[in-house]
Amino acid sequence: MTKIKAENIKKMFKIRSNGNSKNNGNTSKELLALGGVNLSINKGEFLSIVGPSGCGKSTFLDLVGGLTKPNEGNIYIDGKPVNGPGLDRGIVFQQYALFPWRTAIGNVEFGLESKKIAKNERIEIAQKYLSLVGLSGFEERYPYELSGGMKQRVAIARALAFDPDILLMDEPFGALDSQTREILQRELLRIWEETQKTILFITHSIDEAVFLSDRVAIMTARPGVIKNIVDIPLSRAVRFEDDVRTSNEFVRSRHELWGLLKEEVVKAQQIGVKTTLKISSSEKAVAQGEAWT
Amino acid sequence: MGSAILKRLTTLLQRLTAIIIILLAWEIVVRAGILYPAPIPTASRVFGVLVEMALAGTLQKHTVISLGRVFSGYTLAVVIAIPLGLAVGWFKTFERYLDPLLQTLRQVPLLAWFPVFILIFGIGELSKILLIMLAAMWWILLSTISAVQNVDPFIVKTARSMGVSEWDMLRKVVLPSAVPSIFTGLRYAYTEVILVLFAVEMLGANDGLGSVMIYGSCHPGPELFMVYSISIFMAIIGLIANYMLVGLERRLCKWKEETGMG
Repeated sequence: MTKIKAENIKKMFKIRSNGNSKNNGNTSKELLALGGVNLSINKGEFLSIVGPSGCGKSTFLDLVGGLTKPNEGNIYIDGKPVNGPGLDRGIVFQQYALFPWRTAIGNVEFGLESKKIAKNERIEIAQKYLSLVGLSGFEERYPYELSGGMKQRVAIARALAFDPDILLMDEPFGALDSQTREILQRELLRIWEETQKTILFITHSIDEAVFLSDRVAIMTARPGVIKNIVDIPLSRAVRFEDDVRTSNEFVRSRHELWGLLKEEVVKAQQIGVKTTLKISSSEKAVAQGEAWT
Repeated sequence: MGSAILKRLTTLLQRLTAIIIILLAWEIVVRAGILYPAPIPTASRVFGVLVEMALAGTLQKHTVISLGRVFSGYTLAVVIAIPLGLAVGWFKTFERYLDPLLQTLRQVPLLAWFPVFILIFGIGELSKILLIMLAAMWWILLSTISAVQNVDPFIVKTARSMGVSEWDMLRKVVLPSAVPSIFTGLRYAYTEVILVLFAVEMLGANDGLGSVMIYGSCHPGPELFMVYSISIFMAIIGLIANYMLVGLERRLCKWKEETGMG
């Protein structure tokens, strides 16, 4: 059963390109970030998108999250078009994005407050999810008192607490050291089994994608489209075995994905060298900030 | 236990060393007559005058008047500038319409408003309080605006993804993340306010610590010493105010790793 369906998604960005010495002065151009993405994700599936940096993976995730609108195309969740964010989707970013003025439990409660759940029940639910991510006893810690891995656990608990059907994860383990990353990957698989969520996972690590996913979609260099989708022939039980990463299936999948990804990475680097581009962030009014200081 | 107390005493002594040396040097230089005939009293005399003023009740009377003005103006500024700063920093439309006006008004020298206020509101308390409010307002406003514009976009994104209303976004996300920078503005605002308080009381008041200073400076004799006494007194008040602000900041920002003593 299809849970998320993206049809011909195109997304454009206005950019300020700082011209080189020949071409002084700023020119405003439009940059095609996504060039028609088609993708279906099944209910309860773990699907990862891998792609070279700057290919528009995160842009796509934002679109599914309803944080931005596509210029063309539509995204459907359970057959209904997405227009705006909602509590049916929980998002986890690489940057943790915890509210630093709230304790761990306060962070997990945040989404529940939007759901208008009473305080007592909120605390109960938040405690349950903190214990699901292995953070019982850390309820009253502030984010600055937590390690990177623990922060990301809180962020995962926060995204799960209001019980969304879908978990959107944008390189969630990208900022962690490799041991912590492996531990959290295993934890995520366990949580996925326990909660039966549909997970859309963005990563640039092929290894991570193979380890976690039912299917892996490869995105091309900008403008991003889905180049290929690869099935990962690993059962959920096998993934918890210690030597899964050296198993034949794992190695073969990784090899296949790298073959598909390689030329996109090269292409992306060429694009990167040719132009240095700044995508203006809609949330951050940089120009206005400068005027005031 | 004992060593902890000793350690704290040592720290206190270290922090006071420079001040004690300056006071001693002052005392010695004046007593030795090196500065004669400049009418500079000894440090001990300056503190003595302060005590005399306190015993006579004049110090308390004028302090209450001055601090009353500061408190009224400062509170008004906080009440106006923080919401205004949140609005201007957060809503693009607000910014578009208000920014040019604020930028222009900000360029008018603060004290230039005083005659304008006097013309409109007379020379009473209102003009003084308004000027003090204005002095505090710019710092608070600017620090609030820049704090809001520097809110971590991922935090905003996360909150938005959880479907918060615009009002909750301001109340539960933007305001709390802006608090530390707002406090920086509050501390600068206090300095500015004291400056303006003295200007106002020296220019057009017959009460308040600034007017006492002007009175003293016009009277050669022991009254002149009050100029020094009041200066030192204001330094002490300023220290207390700063510690209170830092204390409040620590309480509100206990989620931050460390807040420096500004």
